[in-house]
Amino acid sequence: MAEFTMPSLGADMEEGTLVEWLVSPGETVTKGDVVAVVETAKSTIEVECFDSGTISALLVEPGTTVPVGTPMASIDSAVAPPARPAAKQPVTPAPAPPPDLQPVPGRPLTRTERAVSTPLVRHLAEEKGIDLSTVHGSGRGGRITRSDVEHAPTEPPPRLRASPLARRLAQSMGVDLGGLRGTGRNGTIRADDVRAAAVDHLPREAEPREPVEKPVLASPAESAPGARAAIAALMTRAKREIPHYYLSTKVDLAAAMAWMRDQNTGRPVAQRLVPVALLLKAVALAARQVPELNGHWKDDAFVPANGVRLGIAVSLRGGGLTAPALADADTMPLPELMAALRDLVSRARGGRLRASETTDPTLTVTNLGDQGVEAVFGVIYPPQVALVGLGRVIEQPVAVNGMLTVHPTVTATLSADHRASDGATGARFLTAIERLLQRPEDL
Amino acid sequence: MSSTSAQTEGKARRAARKSGRGKAGSAAARGAPDSLPSPDHHLSLLRQMLTIRRFEERCVELYSSTEIRGFVHLYIGEEAVAVGVNQALGQEDAVVSTYREHGHALARGVPAEAVMAEMYGKATGCSRGRGGSMHLFDADRRFYGGNAIVAGGLPLAAGLALADRMRGSTHVTCCFFGDGAFAEGEFHETANLAALWQLPLLLVCENNLYAMGTSLAREHAQTNLAMRAASYGMPAWTVDGMDVLAVEAAAQRAVESVRAGNGPHFIEAQTYRFRAHSMYDPDRYRAKSEIEAWKGRDPVQGLADRMRTDGRLDDRTMEELDKGVLGEIDRAVRSAEDAPMEPVADLLRFVTSAPGSTT
Amino acid sequence: MSTRRSSAGAPPPTTYREALREGLREAMHEDERVFLMGEDVGNYGGCFGVSLGLLEEFGPERIRDTPLSESGFVGAGIGAALGGMRPVVEIMTVNFSLLAMDQILNNAATLLHMSGGQLGVPVVIRMTTGAGRQLGAQHSHSLEGWYAHIPGIRVLAPATVDDARHMLAAALADPDPVLIFEHGSLYNAEGVLDGTIEAVDLDTAAVRRPGTDVSVITYGGSLPKAMAAADVLAGEGISAEVVDLRTLRPLDDATIMASVCRTHRAVIIDEAWRSGSLAAEISSRITEQAFYELDAPVERVCSAEVPIPYARQLEEAALPQVATIADAVRRTVS
Repeated sequence: MAEFTMPSLGADMEEGTLVEWLVSPGETVTKGDVVAVVETAKSTIEVECFDSGTISALLVEPGTTVPVGTPMASIDSAVAPPARPAAKQPVTPAPAPPPDLQPVPGRPLTRTERAVSTPLVRHLAEEKGIDLSTVHGSGRGGRITRSDVEHAPTEPPPRLRASPLARRLAQSMGVDLGGLRGTGRNGTIRADDVRAAAVDHLPREAEPREPVEKPVLASPAESAPGARAAIAALMTRAKREIPHYYLSTKVDLAAAMAWMRDQNTGRPVAQRLVPVALLLKAVALAARQVPELNGHWKDDAFVPANGVRLGIAVSLRGGGLTAPALADADTMPLPELMAALRDLVSRARGGRLRASETTDPTLTVTNLGDQGVEAVFGVIYPPQVALVGLGRVIEQPVAVNGMLTVHPTVTATLSADHRASDGATGARFLTAIERLLQRPEDL
Repeated sequence: MSSTSAQTEGKARRAARKSGRGKAGSAAARGAPDSLPSPDHHLSLLRQMLTIRRFEERCVELYSSTEIRGFVHLYIGEEAVAVGVNQALGQEDAVVSTYREHGHALARGVPAEAVMAEMYGKATGCSRGRGGSMHLFDADRRFYGGNAIVAGGLPLAAGLALADRMRGSTHVTCCFFGDGAFAEGEFHETANLAALWQLPLLLVCENNLYAMGTSLAREHAQTNLAMRAASYGMPAWTVDGMDVLAVEAAAQRAVESVRAGNGPHFIEAQTYRFRAHSMYDPDRYRAKSEIEAWKGRDPVQGLADRMRTDGRLDDRTMEELDKGVLGEIDRAVRSAEDAPMEPVADLLRFVTSAPGSTT
Repeated sequence: MSTRRSSAGAPPPTTYREALREGLREAMHEDERVFLMGEDVGNYGGCFGVSLGLLEEFGPERIRDTPLSESGFVGAGIGAALGGMRPVVEIMTVNFSLLAMDQILNNAATLLHMSGGQLGVPVVIRMTTGAGRQLGAQHSHSLEGWYAHIPGIRVLAPATVDDARHMLAAALADPDPVLIFEHGSLYNAEGVLDGTIEAVDLDTAAVRRPGTDVSVITYGGSLPKAMAAADVLAGEGISAEVVDLRTLRPLDDATIMASVCRTHRAVIIDEAWRSGSLAAEISSRITEQAFYELDAPVERVCSAEVPIPYARQLEEAALPQVATIADAVRRTVS
């Protein structure tokens, strides 16, 4: 009894999902037959079995995800069918026939050989050391006949290795190269060998050739498996399922920053406001004003959320990403929002999030400003329908009433699900953020 | 900013004549700069523009009947630039051109026979059949071609100007190029070098609004080319490239100043090609109405109309002029057809200066 | 390959750099049309110190510092040559020359032919080439073979102080564009100038060391390595003939083939990458012209096919070395 197991289809594959069985119990299979379709994180692949016999049981239902190596079917090899050709190209390349073309028992036949020759012809060919693929078939449908094989030219004797100069000298001196022993590399006959032969006229027996060295193929180094399965799966799904559209706007923060500086005067350092708090608050308020972006896509429809729970994308120190929810961001006063944010981020990084925080944010914000980038166009967390990206606050020349001046600005972007909203809605949302930030005192 | 008033023109021309009589000019500067702003002068401009127009119209026919091959870039619509600028140049001045250079060559005085024979790839061609339409040369007339790498001629022109300066002459090098070249690094490298070294170089940008099929606005973040050229510290201005008299006046003013040692100058001639980029193209990138609008400003027609209004041209004169031009082009075609081929045995000639040589 | 004068004397050793400078000084004195232009050739004295002191001697009109615009000033050099001057243009390294390749190929090498013989371009363009100084990939490549691919230009690779001293004059006398490749590792190399040499030709390769068993064919910065390898091999009883190509285009087939016909074996040393290299060209020509003289396959020692790395041990491993040259010779004669 043999087992068909979930194969590893790549260095980074740890599990696979059975999509479909291509065989049923009782069916006979031969090594190399495609028996199932398996979906991996990267693609859907037809997989083959490596044993011959009869399928006695299918152990995994389609739709099930199992780790690599999990038995998926049992094959009763006691009732193996008569040998028949492999249906698929073998995975590893077949060994090249040895150079001397000695018959190799059990050498798998190529399709051509099978199609156009008989066992007798194949036996003859093997005896004579003839490669059938090089023989022209004169029979019906190109079939190779016994006479074709009998008349096929056999392998010519190995070519003499002699340098061009040695050949030229041998000819002019009347020396038969066939009787010479070469002293060069790999027995190559060189000019001196010919000259020596011409002197003593004693041609000697040629030494057997040394085999030519074959190049050694190095196996490519395998890349280390990644540990990002969850993110990979989620983001892959998001990009596959969600038709994203992207908008971007530059927000003048002159007013907001001035107000913030003003507010911070006299506050202890620990309680000072930072720009991101203002930005988050503006986003939360904008989400309330434009509810079409605050909610979830469920069962082919948009379900608006009650209240704004901002998902805050937090990059984890060990790598990876999480986006816990900051509840009531739209109603919380700024100082409280600041405190809540600090608390949330530190607990996220410490792995102490509450279950409620890890589920159901209604709109996620990713702020890569502290990483120095100017704009971020993110991927939406399903089932949410939008993601706001915030860049670095930078000073930029802006024209105000026709005069050039320098203001702090931030680029706010929106990735939104086109199933749930249109560009105009998104634009309304970004404009709302922009407008809110011009009146920081109302935040 | 183009100064087209007759007064300015006259002044500029007189000044140019004066300076033309320097070291270089004594050898009877070719035709135009010395001629008076007379009906004859206008007639000469008209004839030169008409020659280019009729020459190229014949090229279309010959190309369509496969007599001439390769890439052929027509200048039709832009004639006023080549003719106008050349009025300001003397025989000893140098010209570097582009691959759309039939007009520059003819205006420079390269015989139509030699240009046509080159189109035919014949031994009597001005590049002995080795250049073709895009590579016309005439060392005697200091016409340095014929460069089919956009902007590739600009550094060369700076070098020619440098050589003239180092040799103590007052010659000016004039380099034609298009709005496309303005986007190339070689333009900016040359503009900087020429301004830094105050080289006697006249940069003439033929802005026909399209770099092949890409419009000015789709290619340049800032489409005010003269302003950008000025940022290199050289006088730069824009002129109506459809008005030969305006171009002439601008060129006179610029050449005079360049010759006087004021370093490089830049002229943007705003013009338009009436035909495709190369012989034929689908013209998907321009609106028909736009082409028609520019055709309404045809430089040949424009000058002819002005001369009629002034009573300087009548139908008979125009007819004779055209007949004369067509006759000249007929002769050029016939002579090209009859001219000998370059022998294949001479394939490797002129690769190096070694006689008959190779490598 | 050289014209000699009878006087002798034993002058002190001179460096390759000084020899180049002497060549420049002489050219500037002899012909007022000659001038030098390039990045930092004046105040700085040349990136590699070749033109040190020339600004003081000849003034800023003839020793011209250019902006960093290779295409612009190389093209200007070509234009100045068209205009009757004899410019010597210095490009810091061959890697930078790629920014001027349009001008070199499309104008310098092409104008004479494209104009039906009307416009000769007597420009000389000098540049540093080669690795061995831990300068990393963008200052170390050997691309002279690319230029040697181009009809219409002459490509020189002076490898000795005598050639460094005298090749410039011959290059300036050439009516066509000449590119001179100075290997960076040679600038400090010392040699005694042969006082009897007055001029050199640009057409012939030179046999720098006669031998009977194998022809080691090389040029530029690899010549000293080839000579050293020949010394090592002589100790093993192998007599290597060392051929210095001197001119990479046009190649002196006659000297190469004469040597191969004497030794019946050839090893080509070329610091450029092997694929599509000058070494490939020479090997091919030997096969075409001297096939029946060959008693062994032609061997090539070239740089590893890698952008030249910075770290010393990596760079050394990437380049032809005395040991790898000697090994190749041993394979050929064994």
